[in-house]
Amino acid sequence: MTLDAEHLTVSYLREKGRSALAIDDVSLSLDAGQVLAVLGPSGSGKSTLLRAIAGLEVLDSTVTGTGRVLWEGVDITAMPVHKRGFALMFQDGQLFAHRSVASNVAYALQIARMPQLEQRDRVAELLALVGLEGFGDRRVTELSGGEQQRVALARALAARPRLLLLDEPLSSLDRELRERLGRDLRRILVETGTTALFVTHDQGEAVLVADRIAIMMDSHLVQIGSAAEVLEAPATPEVERFLGR
Amino acid sequence: MGSNSDPVTRIRTSPGTVIATVLGVGVPVAFLAVFFAWPVAAMIGRGFADGLGGFGEVFSRPRTIRLVGLTLGQAALASVVCVMLGLPVAHVLYRLRFRGRAIVRALVILPFVLPTVVVGVAFRTLLRDTPLDGTFAAIMMALVFFNIAVVVRTVGSAWEGLDPRQEDAARVLGASPARVFFTITLPRLGPSIAAAASIVFLFCATAFGVVLVLGGTKFGTIETEIYLLTTQFLDLRAASVLSVTQLVIVVALLAVVGRVRGSTQRRVAAARKPRRTDAAAIVAAILVTAALAIPVLSLVERSLRTSTGYGLANYALLSGTGTRNALVVPVWVALGNSLTTAVQATLIAVIIGVVASLVLSRSPRSPLARRALAAFDGALLLPLGVSAVTVGFGFLITLNQPPLDLRSSPILVPIAQALVALPLVVRTVLPVLRSIDPRLRESAAVLGAAPWRVLRDVDLSIVARPVLAASGFAFAVALGEFGATSFLARPDRPTLPVVIVRLIGLPGGDNLGMAIAASVVLAGVTVAAIALVERLRVDTVGAF
Repeated sequence: MTLDAEHLTVSYLREKGRSALAIDDVSLSLDAGQVLAVLGPSGSGKSTLLRAIAGLEVLDSTVTGTGRVLWEGVDITAMPVHKRGFALMFQDGQLFAHRSVASNVAYALQIARMPQLEQRDRVAELLALVGLEGFGDRRVTELSGGEQQRVALARALAARPRLLLLDEPLSSLDRELRERLGRDLRRILVETGTTALFVTHDQGEAVLVADRIAIMMDSHLVQIGSAAEVLEAPATPEVERFLGR
Repeated sequence: MGSNSDPVTRIRTSPGTVIATVLGVGVPVAFLAVFFAWPVAAMIGRGFADGLGGFGEVFSRPRTIRLVGLTLGQAALASVVCVMLGLPVAHVLYRLRFRGRAIVRALVILPFVLPTVVVGVAFRTLLRDTPLDGTFAAIMMALVFFNIAVVVRTVGSAWEGLDPRQEDAARVLGASPARVFFTITLPRLGPSIAAAASIVFLFCATAFGVVLVLGGTKFGTIETEIYLLTTQFLDLRAASVLSVTQLVIVVALLAVVGRVRGSTQRRVAAARKPRRTDAAAIVAAILVTAALAIPVLSLVERSLRTSTGYGLANYALLSGTGTRNALVVPVWVALGNSLTTAVQATLIAVIIGVVASLVLSRSPRSPLARRALAAFDGALLLPLGVSAVTVGFGFLITLNQPPLDLRSSPILVPIAQALVALPLVVRTVLPVLRSIDPRLRESAAVLGAAPWRVLRDVDLSIVARPVLAASGFAFAVALGEFGATSFLARPDRPTLPVVIVRLIGLPGGDNLGMAIAASVVLAGVTVAAIALVERLRVDTVGAF
């Protein structure tokens, strides 16, 4: 497998020094070029799972085994975030407000020291890919919510990440825009052959964008399979209720 | 289920990050320890040199009791007057919309940034040959002149953020405008009024330059008394007893301020056109604004007055050393000294302040580290309230012997000024850093930015303008700083405020005219620095 996450457990501190588990012994695998949706109600731990794979969370060791993240069989658990070659797109974009659209998209390219001319071509190519030709010189604060998410997607794809992590990328948008951008997202991921992990609480979005669906409930990963498998045969009554079947 | 006792798998931290963190915490802590905690602790130590006996003796002096009472009473009265005069101005300047509002706002804020010595000289000039000269009323007027801006700015920005529909609802229910104000508006402004009043109280209770220039020997504060005891009577024990007393008062006040400061959620409501019911507030605001302009205008007018009509003679005299050689160096040289020291102080305050703010803006996982950060945060606010005279005096008794003999070093003055400016830098920069969504840093990291690069591209880029604004503010504060500087400036390297006080202390011949002209010059440079800051439009500047 390209990505293997094994026994991921993340605890967080609550008041009075007590700790609780955000994700509890979650394991999953992902093939190259595949898009996996992590679907679950809010508070189920799906964002933490994404952050753990990105390297933004400290993993706990538990009785079931040591939390590990493997990329093509190599253990990258101890590798710092910025060296993993992943990309992460947040629900609200998190664009750099003090930089232009083009300079946001070029950010990872600048870090990779790509020559200026190549950078310009790559930025233009990416803006075209997300349907924002000619937006390069605009300020990101002038953009609509949908446009900002498109810029965030272009920025995440710029350096051809090994793995694209998407945290509710469509949730802040209104319904119509969400469906249009969802279809665009699917097309872009397929066209670019990007391996992606996609977190959402909306099963429509999951079906629209992903090849496979993983269901998170109460910090546990309870089911994983193709959209048809999950929707036809929910693993537990809770999953069935959540899917509204 | 996982248990917490198991070791956690950590993401490897690079040695660079560890070094940066150690430096980031270490440099500001070391600076504060050597140049603030140690001198202040040494001061306190002197007060307790023979147990609590020193306290009993100093507090059995009628003069001490009178001055402590005077300090507190004076500050309390000034706070009340500032709130009463400041409220109508805040209403008019932050709730109503009219042409020229920005200019009037700038005018009202102006007195606050004037160096204390300049304000002292302005009131001396204004009240000369009137029955008010040298009275308690003169000091009170100067303190109110100075601090009204604190009330206008603090209460005004809270008022601006209040939803006016609550007032509308009360009016529709039949409440008269006065009733609306007392039952709806005033209670909602309560926290901001309390915050502003306690800040004003703090500033008045530690006032030094103004009171020294206006009060003579009859009136004073704990702060001027510490100064007199050290420089005139060489009674160091009594001085340190008073320093400790002041420290206790200030720490208690800061705790109150921290409590009432509360949340600063800002949502600006649209200002409205003036209505007929605003008439009283508008009249009051016009009167207050005009009253604020009088001392400044009279200072400028008096600086141009010479024995043969109006002219620039007083300014021409600034290249000399005054009648009876009152000064060691010409006034222009003192201005040069002031500018040099202020630039050095600004550099120190900004570097330390930005580093400390970067550390304080992180939220570590461990509760212990969190508590340590909260304590560090409080320590950084302390120099705001601990008297500059105490710091200056503390420097004299600690930094005059090995291992650190800096008494003859010219770096001491900028360091002391930097200490005074440091809290202002932190209060300007830190809120901006704290408002950065941590996910913005995470976005950069995931895209491949190493920690130092995240710092540069996210934190430092966003904070660049506020840092520039804070630099201007720190520069203005350092330029006008008098309390610590008066202790530390070497006789052959005086700053402009030191020279002004010297000139006004020997008023014969040309000296008074020169003091006034020098005050106008100092005010001009300060106002220019602040005008640049205002242009940057950073709204955390001067917020407490």
